[in-house]
Amino acid sequence: MEPILIEGTPKTPSVKFDSEKGVIEIKGRSIPENSIEFYKPLVDWLEYYAKNPLKKTLVNVQLEYFNTSSSKCILDVFKKLEAIHKANHDVIINWYYEEDDEDMLEAGEDYESIIRVPFKMIEIGD
Amino acid sequence: MSFNIREYFDKLSKGDVVLAYKGSITSDLINDVLEAVEKKLDEVNEEGKTRKKLYNVLVESLQNLYHHIEETHEGIEEELDPKFGVLVIAREDGEYKVITGNFVNSSKIKFLKEKIDKINSLNKDELKDMYKFILNHQKLSAKGGGGLGLVDIARKTGTKLVYSFYNYNDNYYFFNLEIKI
Repeated sequence: MEPILIEGTPKTPSVKFDSEKGVIEIKGRSIPENSIEFYKPLVDWLEYYAKNPLKKTLVNVQLEYFNTSSSKCILDVFKKLEAIHKANHDVIINWYYEEDDEDMLEAGEDYESIIRVPFKMIEIGD
Repeated sequence: MSFNIREYFDKLSKGDVVLAYKGSITSDLINDVLEAVEKKLDEVNEEGKTRKKLYNVLVESLQNLYHHIEETHEGIEEELDPKFGVLVIAREDGEYKVITGNFVNSSKIKFLKEKIDKINSLNKDELKDMYKFILNHQKLSAKGGGGLGLVDIARKTGTKLVYSFYNYNDNYYFFNLEIKI
């Protein structure tokens, strides 16, 4: 299946979804007024990928900012990953946050408590 | 005496103001404000933590305006831009303050007031639970609003939301919201 490659903008993150490598990446800022438009194709892609996923899927989420509109869409992305994990495939979500950014760490922990997929919280130094 | 936009805005624009705006709240305006504020915070070398919190509050409060603002204001005599709203960022006693203002239909006051009072009555852990519950159980509106903005602001700032409703006419109140960071 075709990968998704999207460049970042001031309001939307860069995205790399690669089914051949089993790597899913979302990085940058996610603060669009309406996040559904942006995330719908990503969720659809994952739904398709979930039918025949690799043994191991690695997810890297490294966000500098995200708004509450995006927070729901990110949960939708994670729910698709949870389904893959539930079907006995390895999924690991690396949640990156900057050293002093407790809010971003806490946001990751919120997702970790809702989604049944192993999370790894990774601090990025300056 | 009835509420007067100009007097209200003039009063807010006094003091140590980082940015003061009144007019249409559009997607482009939000971009411009965020960019301008980031530049100013760079200039004064603001601490990373404060910068992030302020930026988050700005995004949520501007997008709250964007999602909830009335397109036109029937029966308001002053000439207003469509999607009219007010945003002021000021510094006071070493803290930042974000103030937003917009006209709200009288029928929505009760809901809004109850929502804010509820948020203000919760402690840190309760806010976290409320946030997670809404995140997990409520669908996004067609416009992309999630009902999470104010909860998120209260959670990230750790301060109470200060608000007033000024009666304008039979149909409208002017809603003033003050957020300390």
